[in-house]
Amino acid sequence: MINEEAVYYSRILTETTLSFHIIYATLGVGVPLMIMIAHWVGIKKNDEHYILLARRWTRGFIITVAVGVVTGTAIGLQLSLLWPNFMELAGNVIALPLFMETFAFFFEAIFLGIYLYTWDRFENQRKHLLLLIPVAIGASFSAVFITIVNAFMNAPQGFELINGELANVNPIQAMFNPAMPTKVSHVVGTAYMTSAFVLASIAAFRLLRGSNHIYHKKALYLTMKVGLIFSLTSLIVGDLSGKYLAEYQPEKLAAAEWHFETSESAELILLGFMNEEEEIKYAIRIPYALSILAHGSPTAEVIGLDQFREEDRPPLYIHYLFNIMVAIGMLMIVVSFFYIVSKAKGWSIVESKPYRWLIVFGGPLSLIAIEAGWWLAEVGRQPWILRGIMRTAEGATTSNDVDLMLLLFCGLYLILGIGSVVVLTRMFRRNPVERELMERKGDVHR
Amino acid sequence: MNINLEIIGITVLWTFLFGYIIVASIDFGAGFFNAYGIFTKREHILTKIIQRYLSPVWEVTNVFLVFFFVGIVGFFPSTAFYYGTTLLVPVSIAIILLGIRGSYYAFETYGARSHKGYAFMYGLSGLLLPAALSIVLTISEGGFISMVDGHLILDYWLLFTSPLTWSIVVLSLSAVLYISAVFLTWYADQANDTPATELLRRYALIWALPTIITAGGIIYELRFHNKEHYEQILSFWWMFLISALLFIGTVWLLWKRKNYGVAFSLLIGQFAFAFYGYGMSHYPYLLYPHLTIYDSFTNEAMAISLIIAFIAGLALLIPSLYLLLRLFLFNKDYVSGKSEHEH
Repeated sequence: MINEEAVYYSRILTETTLSFHIIYATLGVGVPLMIMIAHWVGIKKNDEHYILLARRWTRGFIITVAVGVVTGTAIGLQLSLLWPNFMELAGNVIALPLFMETFAFFFEAIFLGIYLYTWDRFENQRKHLLLLIPVAIGASFSAVFITIVNAFMNAPQGFELINGELANVNPIQAMFNPAMPTKVSHVVGTAYMTSAFVLASIAAFRLLRGSNHIYHKKALYLTMKVGLIFSLTSLIVGDLSGKYLAEYQPEKLAAAEWHFETSESAELILLGFMNEEEEIKYAIRIPYALSILAHGSPTAEVIGLDQFREEDRPPLYIHYLFNIMVAIGMLMIVVSFFYIVSKAKGWSIVESKPYRWLIVFGGPLSLIAIEAGWWLAEVGRQPWILRGIMRTAEGATTSNDVDLMLLLFCGLYLILGIGSVVVLTRMFRRNPVERELMERKGDVHR
Repeated sequence: MNINLEIIGITVLWTFLFGYIIVASIDFGAGFFNAYGIFTKREHILTKIIQRYLSPVWEVTNVFLVFFFVGIVGFFPSTAFYYGTTLLVPVSIAIILLGIRGSYYAFETYGARSHKGYAFMYGLSGLLLPAALSIVLTISEGGFISMVDGHLILDYWLLFTSPLTWSIVVLSLSAVLYISAVFLTWYADQANDTPATELLRRYALIWALPTIITAGGIIYELRFHNKEHYEQILSFWWMFLISALLFIGTVWLLWKRKNYGVAFSLLIGQFAFAFYGYGMSHYPYLLYPHLTIYDSFTNEAMAISLIIAFIAGLALLIPSLYLLLRLFLFNKDYVSGKSEHEH
């Protein structure tokens, strides 16, 4: 029944689509919140700079939304095209949040259209700001519902399998599965965090490239502040995720932490490198830390990979993904925290070139952390597509044409990736802030 | 047929598909007319009116499609297995076309200035997409999919040599152009743009005939391809008769240059009667002869929660859609370009 080649290419194609989509999806969830904050601050302080910030971010946002919509449609259909057996089973239990996601997105799309085309239609700016609330809510709830589906794949519940037949399906129980609270808050929180740091990165880059306009400084301060808040919440939720994994998916935690033997007072292995004999070299070992991460107590017992059969273990390379994600998250907390403190104390080091370059790299780094996090989540669930119920290979299509489709989709993503970057740079380069501010000065309230 | 959850589910989905067919047809056709206008140096007549309509609604069009395929896997999970396995190639091609279309639309409108090559690609994709998507309807008639050792196989040779396939492709193309031209005639008339109205009216009249001829031809061909379905269609003859009368009404109004708004609503009626008539005659099959709405249906708990979610969602969406339409479609100042908006 299983077509090994189809399974292999289906995995690669899904991975490619998700890796590409997640960049635009993350910005799609986070940027509306940033626009809303900027617009709100602008109205409250009666500061034209923040209003313009909201306007310019919105223009860029349209482009990322367009690519997000298109690739989202692709992944939505690919679920059925590449994983028909999985979707037949999952459709019976977890179709509800998928369906609700469509509504959330529809809601967002309608109001985004209205917001975009009504910048100067309202006498009262507050009314225009109100239009943004459904956009931000729709965007965030899209992420919530989709992440619920992913949480279900990690911790399926809300049904019974009696002789291979589904019975007693409870869609609500399936939605509120144990993986859901940590996963949803982590995904939404890191989307806000990443969007803030990406926008901060742009502001810092403008400041480095000649412009010394107060507009960019305001943008930088605002985004760093929001970025700090959400990187701290991501840290807290990350810790809770560890506790969730220890309880419900111990094999994922054990593989990510290279924890082989079940033991009490477990040490945490940071960084390091594994050679072919599965020996760990150059790692930092922190005593008791894994027990604390897993159960909040230094002496607690942490289940190791020895409790799982060879064929039920996730690949060990997820340790590297885990480290990349955590390291970037920590770095961003430090960078943004130090920036905010320095601003308050009047230290000028954060105005220096090297520090601004650090902030510039923070944007792409945050996106890398998002990628690493999703690879960790997906590869760490292997060999299961529905943990404990269905193996990935059993869920895949049997079609022989997946390799060709992979090529076609790679072409599409290449075009979309290049296209969006070119359009975005051209859009802002041709219409620099200074010029737009000048134009608006004489024509502020059209 | 009794009203049960299965019927409610498929009716909801069929309605979304109908909505998609109408809004997407307008969109696809507009892209084609736009490209054709540039090609024949008539862009000054058409481009403005077309872009004014398309700008705020392009995303909404896509959502109708997403609703349909997410909904069908929700209500009828077995379709994921049957259609998912066999449609990999045609649907992937459709996604790629939609991808290029949707994103480049945004790139073009909000980003760079017009590029001719792009306008042609956009117009061309508007013709290829209905062709690729309509293949699904052809396959649902059965005879192209077989089960070999537990694997589902789609016979491409049989599919692409069948006259039914090509008739459905031609119908989808002419219907797209016809629906789009009738709508845009009305839209241009609302904007008091006489040259555009006249040109679009001519396109509408040109595409009316091929639409009705192929539609009739397909019913005739089904007699040989799927006798059971053909006989069921005949039992719904009155729906197709009403559809044909509404068609005559639209053409007559266009011919007499009267009431373009009424003409467009008659057209909606025409397609609704034909589309639902076709759908009802297809009952109970989702895929002849493998899959019916009964053996593919989800469990009761999921069906009920989907219907509740659907009603709650509609309560949220209908007022929002109304607002969108009022601001852009039915706002005279906006339609005629009197109020300028930045984007």
